[in-house]
Amino acid sequence: MEHTSLLERILRGAALTLVVIFFMFPIAWIFMMSFQTNETILRIPPQLIFEPTLANYTALITGKLVTAAGTLDIAFMRNLWNSVFLSVTSVAVSLLLGVPAAYAFARHKFRGSEDIAFTLLSFRFAPALLVLLPLTLYFQKLGLANTYIGLIWVYQLICLPLILWIVRGYFEDIPADIEYAYRIGGHSWFATFRKIALPLAGPGIAAAGLLAFIFAWNNFVFALVLASADKQPVTVGALAFITSSGIQYGQISAAIVLSITPTLALALYAQRYLVEGLSLGAVKG
Amino acid sequence: MASLELKNVVKRYKSQTVLDNLSLSVADGETLVLFGPSGAGKTVLLRMVAGVIDPDEGKILIGGEDMTDVDAEFRGVGMAFQNFALFPHMSAFDNIATPLQARHSSQGAIKAGVESVAKLLKIDHVLSHKPRALSNGQKQRTALARALVGSPPILLLDDPLRNVDAKLRFEMRLELPRLLHDRGATVVYVTQDYKEAMALGNRIAVMSQGVIRQLGTPEQIYREPANVEIARLFGDPTINLLDVKPARDAKGIYVGLSNVQVHLAGAYEAAVGRDCVIGLRPEALSFVGEATPGAVPVTVEAETPLNEKIVTLVRTVRGREILVSRPAGTPGQTEGKAHVAVDGKSALLFDHASGERIGANKVVTLRSGEAA
Repeated sequence: MEHTSLLERILRGAALTLVVIFFMFPIAWIFMMSFQTNETILRIPPQLIFEPTLANYTALITGKLVTAAGTLDIAFMRNLWNSVFLSVTSVAVSLLLGVPAAYAFARHKFRGSEDIAFTLLSFRFAPALLVLLPLTLYFQKLGLANTYIGLIWVYQLICLPLILWIVRGYFEDIPADIEYAYRIGGHSWFATFRKIALPLAGPGIAAAGLLAFIFAWNNFVFALVLASADKQPVTVGALAFITSSGIQYGQISAAIVLSITPTLALALYAQRYLVEGLSLGAVKG
Repeated sequence: MASLELKNVVKRYKSQTVLDNLSLSVADGETLVLFGPSGAGKTVLLRMVAGVIDPDEGKILIGGEDMTDVDAEFRGVGMAFQNFALFPHMSAFDNIATPLQARHSSQGAIKAGVESVAKLLKIDHVLSHKPRALSNGQKQRTALARALVGSPPILLLDDPLRNVDAKLRFEMRLELPRLLHDRGATVVYVTQDYKEAMALGNRIAVMSQGVIRQLGTPEQIYREPANVEIARLFGDPTINLLDVKPARDAKGIYVGLSNVQVHLAGAYEAAVGRDCVIGLRPEALSFVGEATPGAVPVTVEAETPLNEKIVTLVRTVRGREILVSRPAGTPGQTEGKAHVAVDGKSALLFDHASGERIGANKVVTLRSGEAA
């Protein structure tokens, strides 16, 4: 153990506390707001002591929002389900397409491979709104507007480049000799891909998948334009809380808490897994 | 079992020619050592035989069959890599088992095969470990076991002892020849260590810059090196090289070393009057009394005992430094003035300009005309 004076330890503790408070404050505040009514939230000055209520959560889960102007139907649970479905399916499709493509780009330098890879990356540069207008027109012609398939397709613009470029790097990090050794042992290139490249790039694929999932989950503008109420994810669905009788801060907070829970849980779970397998210690002596 | 043949193989990377119209044949059951500095093209050659690099031109025949366009998994070769290239996510057992799994052997056959080769290489106690938990020596043996387990007719070993410590390298150098011989496989072994090359090879191919400079038995390479460079690479301590101009007198052809005429045995007529380099192996020199004819006066500078031999650094009258080697326990000069006799029969004569050996008696060379 290193030797530190008492003062140093106290200062360090204080500094750490400050940083934690700074970063955790918004989340903690939202968490607290989610247990308050609109009246207590909007009280000036804000109070730390309040009587917690589960009304916001019940409203979200039952889908009945009671406001001063009357009862309002909100499809929050439906939105949450849409988010889960759209994000999971998009990432799954992206992984299915992106991982083999990443392997091809990493291992086989063919004519124009760099150009194709870069073109795919450039999807991330294009301003979403610029893409959306023609896309909407096409989608309406094709009957893809306001369908899950259409949305998942558009979500590939978010997920695919991310997965492709991250996973490609991981594949390139695997020494080619390891794959050669497996092939010389008598295995086909596909077996080599499945049994050697995939497991060794596993942590990278998980990281890329997680990142793509978060991006897909947080997407707002594609779904806003291309989906109507019953296909909307939570990001768009949250707009419903801006009602004619005011902004429902309590419900918004509860909705945020509910909607970040899946990504947070996934991140925490995957983090353990990511740290576990990142070393390729057996390659060099 | 199978022979191996390379015909006019060419490999280029961009503008650089890595293998330049190289032909080579290895007989069934023979161990051929590819020896040369890094960048000579040894590893590329080996990978080409394995099928993971394609030649730009030329053919590769295994057992007389054209394998040039056959994928690596169908060539039936075994290969051990310099960096081991173990599969980090598999246990040593699974690593070794992969070639057997590829053949869809039964579980029992796989287990028996892995265990017998593991026992042979003395790693049977670490089979359950992941590569990360193995020592370097165990990794190297695991890699070797994986290459051997399927009893491939062609075995390619890419400097497998490079990354292991000196003690283990010495042990393996003793163990490997018998191991390889017992397997009966045709072996191509890449190394940069001349002792390994001498110990393991039935024949040695000395490569540099993508060309085989000399191909011969270890004995031939040592006794009749094709040029100065090869003479320098083989032998420890290094061969003594001195600039001389051979001349002729009544007794034959001689060179002047410190004003002493040393007569050479051999057909060196062509060398008379030319600028040459004489190569004297340290063990071809010996300390003698002053009265011995042809004795060259020297001053002893330093003496280094190397277990089985003693190497002495001496300086000639003209200030040239020479190494003299003698078996440990034999008498020799340790300081002051001394005299050294030169064994005229084992002296090697090279052309000064080209570095080629002169008076080639029965030297086996390929493309010897373009030596460095």
